Amino acid sequence: MAKKVALLQGNEACAQGALYAGCNFFGGYPITPSTEIAEVLSNELPKKGGKFIQMEDEIGAIASVIGASLTGAKALTATSGPGVSLKQELLGYACIAEVPCVIVNVMRGGPSTGMPTGPGQSDVQQAKWGTHGDHATIALVPASCQEIFSETVRAFNLAEKYRMPVQVLYDEIVGHMRERIEFPEPGEVEVIDRAKPSVPPEQYKPYDTSFGDVPPLAAFGSEYRFHVTGLNKAQDGFPTTKAEYVDAEERRQVRKVEGEEARADIERYEEYLTEDATVLIFAYGSTSRSARYAVNELRKEGIKAGLFRPITLWPFPEKRIAALGAKVKGIVVPEMNLGQMNLEVERVVKGSCPVLHLGRVDGEPINPGQIMEKVKEVR
Amino acid sequence: MAYDYEKTIRPGKLPHIWCPGCGHGIVMKGLIRAMDTCGLDKNNTALVSGIGCASRLPGYIDMCTLHTAHGRAAAFATGVKMAKPEMTVICMGGDGDGTAIGGNHFIHACRRNIDMTYVIMNNFIYGMTGGQFSPCTPTGDKASTTPYGNPDPVFDISKLAIGAGATFVARTTAFHATQIDKLIAEGIKHKGMAVIEVLDDCPTTYGRRNKYRSVVDMMKRLKDMAVPVAAAGKMTAEQLQGKVLTGVLYKEDKPEYCEQYAKVIAKAQGA
Repeated sequence: MAKKVALLQGNEACAQGALYAGCNFFGGYPITPSTEIAEVLSNELPKKGGKFIQMEDEIGAIASVIGASLTGAKALTATSGPGVSLKQELLGYACIAEVPCVIVNVMRGGPSTGMPTGPGQSDVQQAKWGTHGDHATIALVPASCQEIFSETVRAFNLAEKYRMPVQVLYDEIVGHMRERIEFPEPGEVEVIDRAKPSVPPEQYKPYDTSFGDVPPLAAFGSEYRFHVTGLNKAQDGFPTTKAEYVDAEERRQVRKVEGEEARADIERYEEYLTEDATVLIFAYGSTSRSARYAVNELRKEGIKAGLFRPITLWPFPEKRIAALGAKVKGIVVPEMNLGQMNLEVERVVKGSCPVLHLGRVDGEPINPGQIMEKVKEVR
Repeated sequence: MAYDYEKTIRPGKLPHIWCPGCGHGIVMKGLIRAMDTCGLDKNNTALVSGIGCASRLPGYIDMCTLHTAHGRAAAFATGVKMAKPEMTVICMGGDGDGTAIGGNHFIHACRRNIDMTYVIMNNFIYGMTGGQFSPCTPTGDKASTTPYGNPDPVFDISKLAIGAGATFVARTTAFHATQIDKLIAEGIKHKGMAVIEVLDDCPTTYGRRNKYRSVVDMMKRLKDMAVPVAAAGKMTAEQLQGKVLTGVLYKEDKPEYCEQYAKVIAKAQGA
């Protein structure tokens, strides 16, 4: 049977991916360049009995999403840099209280209002370190409209599976470009729902580690009654200042994402001509498309370039980058910021090869020619 | 026979964190009696709060309880209610939490007329952080950050709620203990946004800086400032100086938000 296809904008593909994943709640606030996601979902969610609410501000939007998720909903909010800045405290709340939800960040530049209609990739470190305190981060960086669809589905799956907020970051270029999308049939792509408690209500503890590093989450309005707080808490969900409880919970919440098994499940990347590459380009989002073009052109000139394209940005695919760093002459990191992921690449390769940054923050995309020039600087 | 509060209190969670003489316990008991009056199903009731002394209340109650971030109770609660309209949703919190950092969420919950009950325990101060002035600290009074007297004008929370569109607004004080549960129960039964402002006392951080030497002095203050709405009509402007009206201040039947959204769903589905 022929696949259902459509010509969709990245933001529309995001909304469609959310619907495929079973999203039934959206809480948002208007902001360029993500607004189309809200517009599509305001139209589509009520058709399926889902809920759309435009909140009074960005903070309210993520608050409503966390509240909805605690009743069992699959909840989404979408925004851009300034909105993500405002949401940081509650992103941390969703981390510590372990509430599944998805936050889409269609990136523009900054700081502050910056250039709202221009593209940027300047929120990639904020995604990891924006909220205060130690916490694990899952952030996905799709580079095409099809991939925005599939990574939005995966974001919901990871949020439900690991019981935490998951961020999807893509730059305005990918968000507003239009490409052909093939829709998977219902059931063709796995859709994951959070683990529900198997114990009777009187035995239920919302952070019960006897079920592993990701304890099952009950829903408000079921026979399970429980307490949720942003304070450090013990396994029963109630606040504690006991050092051993706090330490154990903090470490578990990082381990559940950064443990070896979890990393293998969450990390995703694409390699293009890296087997024999002598220079590696590390690029994500729309920049990776220029980089791929550059690799092809460089190869024509006899330069063995290869592309590493992270699809999961956080947790950072450090083992693979370290291995590649050990065998190439240098790594070029083009990105639409003044130096963010190059720091992570440098940290991981530990000086085994030079890391050259190519940054652009003028609201224009990085073109293949610029990347080619930078690659030629690698000696 | 004495009223049995323990059936609603979570086992092992008392004693509470509040100071001796704090009125929050009186409000909690009123809330428990009100929930009883309304016959609320524990499994189907969410208690949502922000940050501060008052916001620690839900932790003691055996229901679905959500202790959120500072000021965000109404926004979290909006998500809970929208996603599961069959749940009864009650917000609890203080004056600083609800009307300063959470002011935007508060007024917009009122505007939407979403079916929830918001109990604001107004003790005129930020208690948990040690007594800084709130939007409700009387002008001229002392707080840890107004050593020369408070230069700020004051929010009238009930008027704010009425102005923003809440359809049930009532006020009482921690002194009027038996009125608390009656007004909260009425708020819970009301379809739409109900705001119950309970003027409360904080002897530890407000009273001691403002010449209320004892908890009794603070209770007298609450008793003296309260004037029932019915009685106020017979009083002169001079007599009403420095007083606050108590009882049901405003009530109106208006379309409720989740019901309005149900119509959106019906329309989208072509009904």
